[in-house]
Amino acid sequence: MADPAPIIRLRGVTKRYPGIVANDSIDMEFRQGEVHVLLGENGAGKSTLVSMLAGLQQPDEGVIEVEGVPTALSSPERALELGISTVFQHSMLVPTLTLAENAALGGRWWRNPDRRGHEARMAETAARIGVVLTPSALTGSLSLGERQQAEIVRALMRGARFLILDEATAMLTPHDAAGLGQLMRRLASEGVAVVFITHKLNEAIEYGDRVSVLRLGRKVGGIAPEEMRALTPRAATERIVHLMFGAQDAAVAAVAPPPVGADAPVVLECLALHVADATVPVSAINLTVAAAEILGIAGIDGNGQKELAEAIAGQRPISSGRIRLDGAFIDGLDVGGRRRAGLRYVTDDRLGEGTVGGFPVSINLLLKQIGDPPFWQGGIERPAKIDENARALVKAFDIRTPSIHTPAGKLSGGNIQKLLLARELTGSARAVIFAKPTYGLDLQNIAATRRRIREAAGRGCAAIVISTELDELLELAHRIAVMSQGRIVGVVPNDADARRRIGELMSGVAA
Amino acid sequence: MSGLFTDAFIIALLAGVVAATVPLLLAGLGEQISEKAGVLNIGIEGMMLMGAYGGFYVAWASGNLWLGFLGGGIGGMVVGALMALFCVRMGLNQIVVGIALTLGAEGVTALLHYEQFSRLYPRLSVMAPLPIPGLSQIPIVGPALFTREPVVYLAFALVPLFVWLFRRTQLGLMLQAAGDKPAALDTAGVSVLKIRTIAVLATGLLVGFGGAFLSIVAAGVFVPFMTHGNGFIGIVLAMLARGRPTWVMGGALVFGTCLSATTALQVAGVDVPTDIIQMLPFVAVMAVLLVAGRKARLPAALGAAYVRGER
Repeated sequence: MADPAPIIRLRGVTKRYPGIVANDSIDMEFRQGEVHVLLGENGAGKSTLVSMLAGLQQPDEGVIEVEGVPTALSSPERALELGISTVFQHSMLVPTLTLAENAALGGRWWRNPDRRGHEARMAETAARIGVVLTPSALTGSLSLGERQQAEIVRALMRGARFLILDEATAMLTPHDAAGLGQLMRRLASEGVAVVFITHKLNEAIEYGDRVSVLRLGRKVGGIAPEEMRALTPRAATERIVHLMFGAQDAAVAAVAPPPVGADAPVVLECLALHVADATVPVSAINLTVAAAEILGIAGIDGNGQKELAEAIAGQRPISSGRIRLDGAFIDGLDVGGRRRAGLRYVTDDRLGEGTVGGFPVSINLLLKQIGDPPFWQGGIERPAKIDENARALVKAFDIRTPSIHTPAGKLSGGNIQKLLLARELTGSARAVIFAKPTYGLDLQNIAATRRRIREAAGRGCAAIVISTELDELLELAHRIAVMSQGRIVGVVPNDADARRRIGELMSGVAA
Repeated sequence: MSGLFTDAFIIALLAGVVAATVPLLLAGLGEQISEKAGVLNIGIEGMMLMGAYGGFYVAWASGNLWLGFLGGGIGGMVVGALMALFCVRMGLNQIVVGIALTLGAEGVTALLHYEQFSRLYPRLSVMAPLPIPGLSQIPIVGPALFTREPVVYLAFALVPLFVWLFRRTQLGLMLQAAGDKPAALDTAGVSVLKIRTIAVLATGLLVGFGGAFLSIVAAGVFVPFMTHGNGFIGIVLAMLARGRPTWVMGGALVFGTCLSATTALQVAGVDVPTDIIQMLPFVAVMAVLLVAGRKARLPAALGAAYVRGER
């Protein structure tokens, strides 16, 4: 069989944003009749790559070739003209228009949208690829899965031959996701080049012909179609887990901390914790963390980690279960009460919920103690005490700020994180929850943050570290719990076999 | 009171309703286009004032009332262009800019009027009515509704035109998409900023016509602050109309009746302080908002600037 030229080829494509390289010299090719899966964690650079293919962003370096010709995808319109269509995770249909009207949208403004004609063509296209839909239905009344199928049909009506499905299954029910997977296979057999972005391994293996794995902006590897066919699902999963979470630089990786002695006192306990009222319901969480122990929580982002952290911190009501700190139940206390009891929460939403950007550093360092003595006396601010506290913490935690009166929002991400750590780790902390503590930081700040976490544990705190970076947990944690769909699917000690077992737990192989 | 409802009085009342309705109708239809496209256009009171001033000035300077309407439309569009520049292109807060434009237009028109007309007080000639053959012969209704200035008929003719535009053209779909899901319009290859700019300019044009109607037809003079909340009522009308031009017309007639009734009650010598009578339309606005406001459905992206790539 002759090898046809790829419909799109990326050569050395690089995209930089202030402070980070989102895509670093990516080479990739997309062929007709192939489902090409792009895998990677959040922040791996998938979205940036997609937005360049869709014409929303321009590469800083490198070339995108369309059928062998270097082409500037300068706008979404240009991409559409070339037959490149994108279906985003969030529906891009106007909810107050019907499906057919959505398909008709665009063209000369005085033209009649020709609803009948579009309805007929839409029904015809849908039937061709085996999709059931009602073109005259109001978009807002349909499920997300139905809307996505309609978007795919619309893309084909517009002559799409290169279809990007950006995290298309992320918001779908398992049933809808399976339907979309079958649709992808049918589209490929019709000769469409499909790019499917996901972070679910089982989907990648089930529907993909070719897999490419991105990590921290780089393409770290992939599986070619012929290889893909030869591998069993199990072997393919192992390959991909290896690529995604990498056993790279085994020599450099820090030695895992020794396990905490069995006699260490339990500090923080979650007993059958349930949080029903959340986008990702959290259920049946049983966790114990001993003094001086670091418990890692691994898992793909959005599997209930954030909800769990907020529930423990008191920011989210729990529906049942109990939380115990140093033997005393704290689930009846509010956020402030739990803080006074010694529970601290370092949020990953540093600017949104961790700090008030417009407030000076000095006040942000006391954000959770506003009104408390000695910094406030009878409701009156004591600037001298506040500044004194701020100067001490800025020095101790090496917060690089022009002044303690600089608004916190003006600091860099790393310094905001230091500010948060300074606030949460001082005083009588007994247990600290770190949510993605190094997310978005540069190497130096990552190292500093990890050192602080170790120090906190060294002082006898119980620490929970939530991270999507497995390497981080393997470096820090004594034990690692894996969270998936709101549940803890397993807890493994951090030993030589941990990486493999966690990978399996994450991909659902061992579940 | 028994002699109040003479034929002449009823004709005057009906004629007053029509005269009061036209500016509201134009303001409401204009605001509706902006709101459909996702721009909450608080500046229309200012557009209307500029329309009133521009209309009056051009009509007075040229001696041609029709040219005056053109001047009014341009006056409204100038303010509309500023609104489009600040809110659509630069993405500034629509409410703040809208208020600023209204206040600015009040100041500018009052100043220009003071400079040019404070000693002259010119009056415009009366626009000749165009009786509609047949209909104008009907007693009472004929002279009140069908022996009117041509611009009155044109204003009401805009309603079916807009129904057609919204329902039967791509523009209608595009406006709705720009207001409800601008990113969808963008990915369909239509510039959101372009559609919104066109919408805001069209608003300026229509509202400017409404202002010109006030100064040229209804009053024959320009008086500072003469729009007197007409633009703001137009915003309410557009919000209550749920995107339907016919509802704007219905609402304009209700408020037009209230406005006209204030005059009629004063003429009839009802023994109530005029200040209270003049409050009537605004009390009506609040009453209608209380009853119908809860059901108003506004576009999802109303008031939000569109920046490509932000979700």
